[in-house]
Amino acid sequence: MIKSPSKRRQLSDRNIILLFILPTMIILVLMNIYPLFYSLYLSFTDYSVISSVAPKWVGFQNYQTILSDTRFWKHFAITGQYTIITVALQMLIGFGLALLIKEKFWGSGIITTLILVPMMLSPVVVGLFWRLMYHPSYGIVNYLIGFRNINTAPEWLGSPTLALWAIIIVDVWMWSPFVMLLSLAGLSAIPDYLYEAAAIDRAGSWFIFRRITLPQVMPLLLIAVLFRTIEALKQFDLVMGITGGGPGDATETVSVRLYREAFQGQFDTGLSSALAYIVLIVIIAISNLYIRQLNKVREG
Amino acid sequence: MATIELKQVEKRFGEAYAVKPMDMTINNGDFVVLLGPSGCGKTTTLRMISGLESVSSGIINFNDKDVTWLHPSERDIAFVFQFFALYSHMTCRENIAFPLRASGEEGAEIDRKVKRVAEMLRIEHLLKSRPGGLSGGDQQRVALARALVRKPAAFLMDEPLGALDAEFRETMRAEIKRLHLEQNATTVYVTHDQIEAMAMGDKIVVMSAAEIQQAGTPLEVYYDPANLFVARFIGSPGMNLVEGSYSEGKIKLGDANIYCVPQDWRASLDTTIGTGEVVVGFRPEAVQFSAQGQLGSSVYANDLHGSYSMLHLELIKDNIVNARADRRDRHQMGDSIKFDIDPEQVRFFDPKTEKALQKVAL
Ligand SMILES: Nc1ncnc2c1ncn2[C@@H]1O[C@H](COP(=O)(O)OP(=O)(O)O)[C@@H](O)[C@H]1O
Ligand SMILES: [Mg+2]
Repeated sequence: MIKSPSKRRQLSDRNIILLFILPTMIILVLMNIYPLFYSLYLSFTDYSVISSVAPKWVGFQNYQTILSDTRFWKHFAITGQYTIITVALQMLIGFGLALLIKEKFWGSGIITTLILVPMMLSPVVVGLFWRLMYHPSYGIVNYLIGFRNINTAPEWLGSPTLALWAIIIVDVWMWSPFVMLLSLAGLSAIPDYLYEAAAIDRAGSWFIFRRITLPQVMPLLLIAVLFRTIEALKQFDLVMGITGGGPGDATETVSVRLYREAFQGQFDTGLSSALAYIVLIVIIAISNLYIRQLNKVREG
Repeated sequence: MATIELKQVEKRFGEAYAVKPMDMTINNGDFVVLLGPSGCGKTTTLRMISGLESVSSGIINFNDKDVTWLHPSERDIAFVFQFFALYSHMTCRENIAFPLRASGEEGAEIDRKVKRVAEMLRIEHLLKSRPGGLSGGDQQRVALARALVRKPAAFLMDEPLGALDAEFRETMRAEIKRLHLEQNATTVYVTHDQIEAMAMGDKIVVMSAAEIQQAGTPLEVYYDPANLFVARFIGSPGMNLVEGSYSEGKIKLGDANIYCVPQDWRASLDTTIGTGEVVVGFRPEAVQFSAQGQLGSSVYANDLHGSYSMLHLELIKDNIVNARADRRDRHQMGDSIKFDIDPEQVRFFDPKTEKALQKVAL
């Protein structure tokens, strides 16, 4: 007779699979799926977490309030402007750095590491020390760009137009390395033989860049654009660290406004849920456009 | 059009030679095949000619002009890569048009030339697709089209038919040969397939171990191999090589056989070998069966090759030679069989230097 296997080994493959998957599934449902649908429900209600009144169904009223209020539109405009400028600058600088770093030169390893440092810092810390650096009287930024006289020097965080640029500069400083990293991965994945074939085909360097390098890294560049766009649309921590949305509401991005609605003043949970859903829909729509473009580049 | 000349060209990777110093002249309009086993330095040689690889030392001339340190784009060559090297993000049409675009030709002119070369290689139906999804054979044809769309001074091809299946390879072989005859462009063609080399080359350069073993016409390398390597490498199967001891016009092969050296070879063997070991070489088709033959052997195996059969004969114990026989002859395994070697086709090699002996004019 065949000896029956020990008790521990009687666990079937199926059960082992469940054992590994179930904890993740439970956490996912509790932490993501449930809040997702619950907040969707809340966005159609009048509700505040700090009141003891139960949510009251109001239909699309929260959405209507948001979309008909010009102040909300201003937050969207600021966020859009911020997104377009930061992503464009990050792509240019990040890809440019990647093109330089790709050529191995003495010390390129250490320089790459140094360039990557900002990306590894916490955004709140970055926000706080840049706030110090932007300070009109003892900040180093004005000193470095040549404004030694406090009275004529620009007040970075005090002026409504400069304040947004101040955040843009920090975001570009912090996240261009990320674009560089993705671009480097793309550039080093281009096989040498393509450049050899192009040399044989008597292509000039600009022609090679335009017809071979650029299209070959394009998928990764688009992924970088996608990541950075989503991040920029959600921008919150840097703004809070540097300007807190000010002066006035000049740098108040949608996420900052969302935070104010949800966790300050009235704690308007219903309205803020609706705002969060609007942001989500915008992000999904834009991501879809990018992904469609990406597939087009891949398949031709 | 170009005459290509290599003078003491060599390539080292670290300490190891990929190509030992070599001299080679490829005349204008020639179709030269670089032939040799894998790893012998064929690709490296071709890449040095193209400029994709720098030489470690030596000089390369195109039409007497020193191009040793010129960039590939300044040499006016086309290169067909072993693994195609097609631009994966472009359609086949764009791939083929690339060399024309790069040199700034007109749109209409480009279309006309792409159409012509696509017709020639029968790939019109592929023009709109990207190379990634195509079979190896189709990719290779696109790669050929990209090389042929221009009229370069020289074509360099690195095993261009390696990826094709046998049937299509024969068609393409004829195609490339015909294109060469039409355009009459200098071509250097790399292959490890000696049948391909024999079929295509005006001249064959046999390489082994980073060195040129012999350069000559297909007939020369086939009938008069310069050394034992070439004798073995060319032909399928290669030349029969049997070692024996020579003395006074006779070679003792094993215990049972004595071979009488043809009169016109005696002087050569007497002077170079004197008395001692010598290798007798003969092609399977040089075997002449006859009841009075001076060499006795027994049939070891018999392969039928369609129009003829290839007999494997045990001439000396454990030394099998191949002989071409009439298809209709019946031979049983173990049958004794006698034969002679066509005196016109017998060759002799010195086993110490491995070099072929030369007939001395009497
Ligand atoms: N880039 C390289 N670095 C080091 N060794 C190389 C390189 N390219 C080729 N070799 C060596 O040079 C020799 C000849 O290679 P190759 O010219 O590719 O041979 P073939 O084309 O005849 O097969 C091989 O031993 C190979 O390992
Ligand atoms: Mg090779």
